[in-house]
Amino acid sequence: MKRYSAFAIAREAFRHHAGWERAWRSPEPKSEYDVIIVGAGGHGLATAYYLGKNFGITNVAVIEKGWLGGGNTGRNTTIIRSNYLQDPSAAIYEKARSLYETMSQDLNYNVMFSPRGVMMLAQTQAEIRGYQRTAHANNLQGVTTEFITPERVKELCPIIELGGPRYPVLGALWQPRGGTARHDAVAWGYARACSDMGMDIIQQCEVTGIDQSRGKVTGVQTTKGAIKTKKLAIIVAGNSGDLAKMGGFRLPVESISLQALVSEPIKPCMDVVIMANTVHGYMSQSDKGEMVIGGGTDGYNNFTQRGSYHHLEETVRALIETFPMVSRLKMLRHWGGIIDITGDRSPIISKTPLGNCFINCGWGTGGFKAIPGSGWAMAELVAGGEPRELASAFGLERYQEGRFIDESVAAGVAH
Amino acid sequence: MLLLTCPYCGVEADETELTPGGEAHITRHGAGANDDDFETYLFMRKNPKGVHFERWRHAFGCGKWFHAARCTMTLEVFGTYSGQTFEPPKTLINKIKKKRPDWEGFVK
Repeated sequence: MKRYSAFAIAREAFRHHAGWERAWRSPEPKSEYDVIIVGAGGHGLATAYYLGKNFGITNVAVIEKGWLGGGNTGRNTTIIRSNYLQDPSAAIYEKARSLYETMSQDLNYNVMFSPRGVMMLAQTQAEIRGYQRTAHANNLQGVTTEFITPERVKELCPIIELGGPRYPVLGALWQPRGGTARHDAVAWGYARACSDMGMDIIQQCEVTGIDQSRGKVTGVQTTKGAIKTKKLAIIVAGNSGDLAKMGGFRLPVESISLQALVSEPIKPCMDVVIMANTVHGYMSQSDKGEMVIGGGTDGYNNFTQRGSYHHLEETVRALIETFPMVSRLKMLRHWGGIIDITGDRSPIISKTPLGNCFINCGWGTGGFKAIPGSGWAMAELVAGGEPRELASAFGLERYQEGRFIDESVAAGVAH
Repeated sequence: MLLLTCPYCGVEADETELTPGGEAHITRHGAGANDDDFETYLFMRKNPKGVHFERWRHAFGCGKWFHAARCTMTLEVFGTYSGQTFEPPKTLINKIKKKRPDWEGFVK
């Protein structure tokens, strides 16, 4: 792999940019691997990367039925934060956030991580108390957040209207080191680094069955033929139920559509990420100048990957009250992604009833921010066969044991 | 936007007039149930790609709960029926089978 650098750009400038190579190879599958990862989204590729980097396991294939990063990795609103209430969540999201800080250097790929600060508005008395509690919890967890006054909110985000008739801004939970990153670049950067370690990234290859013998995984059936493997990691978000069915086990997961929209690009007007959970909308400005707006989920199961107009209306209506200037914007695009929601709104990183088969799913409405931490924890699980500290609370067995990681209050709405 | 006909008041209501209530025909295990059954009742969902039986409430209408059969891939609504039943009516099942020959049928 040729390293990207200022020197490389200068060198290529002298030869008409003819020397750039493909960022990753597209090989045909080998007959056998040590580990097969199903799903080349952010979480799958991150798992592959940390398997190679932290454990030296490089005989790995990442299989993707569509194209790399074409699922929720390419459909989210790119927000990165770790201001969660429960200890296990704060730990894994903070791990992820800290890995994002050095990801561009680590991968030699510019993921455009921008720690511009994330603010969650408190617009009711209950939210004030809730976020003060979260701020206290975060301080104990080593996550830097603070509860700030409305005046400070206005200072950080001048376009905000504090005195909204229905939901005035009463304060905010402020995480100065949260921010955004270029979502596609995260997938591409990991893919390039994985390919460089000798891993095979196989796109346009759908898994149609899971082979097993004596309760253990032996391989997968795919549209490109059967491939043997010693270990299997299923990291397919909304499609987890399908893969679990092939593996012969069940999941406490339902798939629904979550949508987002972007406006026309405008001049810089907002350099923080703002989330308003009571009215249910969140907004940031991309480097291109578009206002990126996250909306609501459908209330019913579906796999349609598209938005619905009444949710758009709800979201934009709510935002207009807090950001009156939004009313003058034209919206350019809207889309949906299929997210996998679990019973306690927290993810699953777990062994499964099938031997040597591991699953990472249930990130629901907030998977992007977790990508590096999730990959790190999943790599530990796949390599060692047992979850380590980061993943230990996220096992499948918690639903039967009643040991929930209940983030539905803190995070079940908008991520 | 989904359009569902409320089987009680006969109104063809759009989705904003209704509240979704999740998977239908779940066996509600109570006290004395074993851990597996209780976990199934509370958390395990079929989450099919295709035909899905579900509960809806005509929240901004007559207020009653009813059932609907819908495709999660295309959002096609096959029909709605009474909330006072433990399984979908035979006529509806036959209608869906005609439209979706590959469908495995209603599994409790």
